[in-house]
Amino acid sequence: MWDYTEKVKEHFFNPRNAGPLEGANASGDVGSIQCGDALRLMLKVEPETEIILDASFQTFGCGSAIASSSALTEIIKGMTLDEALKVSNQNIADFLDGLPPEKMHCSVMGREALQAAIANYRGEEWVDDHEEGELICKCYAIDSALIESVVRENKLTTLEQVTHYTKAGGACASCHEKIEGVLEKILASQCEAPAISKPAEEAVAPLAAGEKPKLTNIQRMRKIEEIIESVRPMLQRDHGDIEIVDIVGKNIYVNLKGACMGCALEAATLGSIQQKLFEELGEYVRLLPASQLEMAR
Amino acid sequence: MNPIYFDNNATTACDPAVVEAMLPFFTEQFGNASSIHSFGNQVGLAIKAARSQIQQLLGAEHDSEIIFTAGGTESDNTAILSALKAQPERNQIITTVVEHHAILTLCEQLEKDGYVVHKLRVDKRGRIDMDEYKALLSDRVAIVSAMWANNESGTIFPVEEMAEYANAMGVQFHTDAVQAVGKIPIDLKRTKIDMLSVSGHKLHAPKGIGVLYLRRGTRYRPLMRGGQQERGRRPGTENAPAIIGLGKASELALAHIDIENSDVRYLRDKLERGILAQVPNAFPTGDLSCRLPNTSSIAFEYVEGEAILLLLNKLGIAASSGSACTSGSLEPSHVMRAMGIPYTAAHGTIRFSLSRYNTLEEVERVITAVPPIIAQLRQISPYWNPVKNCPADQAFAPAYA
Repeated sequence: MWDYTEKVKEHFFNPRNAGPLEGANASGDVGSIQCGDALRLMLKVEPETEIILDASFQTFGCGSAIASSSALTEIIKGMTLDEALKVSNQNIADFLDGLPPEKMHCSVMGREALQAAIANYRGEEWVDDHEEGELICKCYAIDSALIESVVRENKLTTLEQVTHYTKAGGACASCHEKIEGVLEKILASQCEAPAISKPAEEAVAPLAAGEKPKLTNIQRMRKIEEIIESVRPMLQRDHGDIEIVDIVGKNIYVNLKGACMGCALEAATLGSIQQKLFEELGEYVRLLPASQLEMAR
Repeated sequence: MNPIYFDNNATTACDPAVVEAMLPFFTEQFGNASSIHSFGNQVGLAIKAARSQIQQLLGAEHDSEIIFTAGGTESDNTAILSALKAQPERNQIITTVVEHHAILTLCEQLEKDGYVVHKLRVDKRGRIDMDEYKALLSDRVAIVSAMWANNESGTIFPVEEMAEYANAMGVQFHTDAVQAVGKIPIDLKRTKIDMLSVSGHKLHAPKGIGVLYLRRGTRYRPLMRGGQQERGRRPGTENAPAIIGLGKASELALAHIDIENSDVRYLRDKLERGILAQVPNAFPTGDLSCRLPNTSSIAFEYVEGEAILLLLNKLGIAASSGSACTSGSLEPSHVMRAMGIPYTAAHGTIRFSLSRYNTLEEVERVITAVPPIIAQLRQISPYWNPVKNCPADQAFAPAYA
């Protein structure tokens, strides 16, 4: 049985705004080929103001598809079309206090139905540009389609790189075989021998002694700050954040904030940032929670 | 209200008599069957008795043909890998598209490793084409693996006949019989089946115990190497309590096999007819003339299985679905897809699987519960016209991602 939140269950058992909408002047029909779910979103838009006066849905799908549809109609009622276009699938998931990773595509389908309905109202043609693949990393809800496109765009060749670019495989590690499978398929199609372990040496190569000019203390601190700054958007996307508290020799003390705080993947997050620091600084450093600063003193 | 369990193809309740038979083997009878002292000897004798009980249920000629394993998946994997290892000159496997993942996922891996896997297709009732099968048999084939009965539709394959053809061509024959054992009569000594998988928890024994039947004389290589347990064919200290539980469950299954085919079948038929009489746009799947007596798989068009199950669960009714969203993998049921069931029906497939512990009163409660749930979900389905209460006139054709 899925681990649905109370809010998901509530919106499934008592869906809001279900059924056809009298006087609707826009509708969007979308489906997910991956799981076979389908959704029709109907809107009643006030022409002068473009305010969504009413919304309803009809959904062929599982519990979370119905709950996501219900949540979507509740979120967008009263918004203008432009405001509604800013609603992301994460907003829908958040409204429901979260969805299981396997079910995030239900919220994606909701957002697409919204885009399709608004395009329909404006007489535009809506083209679905997103692809869905097999769910690979359950910890971060990353599917094969995303991994494939990132691997191709960035010419990735190793599992470690895939983890750095997409986070996939960065937590429990049980999907590593599947990630390697995706990599092997792409590399084979590019007629390159899959280099599962070799490029790992390349990643380490910049560390070789003498290759990097030694940084002054100030340069080093700035560099660390720069690297930490570069990972912040990634954490902020997951409603978290990070700040540097102090740098003592090889130890860099940080505070994880927001959703990162107490997250089950805290250690994995620190680990991957530490790896990034290690590679870019060219020296071994430890990234530690600021709470350990006291003990160190 | 008492909960109703109609999901016996997923797993079954341990029979109280089975639990009672097992209990002493956790406490006073804790010995290692391999030990020479009386602690071990008593356990050894009890395992011998259990082996004989499962031998009776399967109709095996010798008790040494019974190898205890940790369950159906282990038995399936052992059988196929053994056939490949024992006959290195043969690199092909014949199986079917509707097998359990224990077979299909292994075969996918073997394909990557260079073996050739032929998967027999099925028709819309879930039946294989015997001519297609016969044409594939050759001296390159190491093993045929076909399930005795399908877990989702209950469809029974003619495995005894298939085994004859394989045997005539000198090809080993394995059947995954985890759904069939205990539900339909089996007499292995009268067949040419070389290997057969049993899972304890499908027949009111505990989880984590199974059997690989291995016909005497069949070339065999163990999956693991170790001690002399199971005559070296499945090393590792015996799971004595579970083995003894499976022995007791086998004895009970044999004693009740007629009930499965009379009383349980009657309840299943009543349930299926009762639901279909009240719900339009619904149909049973599988080979209705040749299926397990306990299984009914009904496709409800235009609604989705998980939603049905969640609403049934709220009423204390447990069943399962071939829907994509209930599998954990989001993959729609490969069995329903193989039978060519359209998407909008395959997703609304609900499997009711009964056991001898179910009652007429439970069947009647489910017959009453199902129609309003389907109607409720159709009210909000874009494929349905809620005003006219029939499928939508204009086909709903969404843009697919």
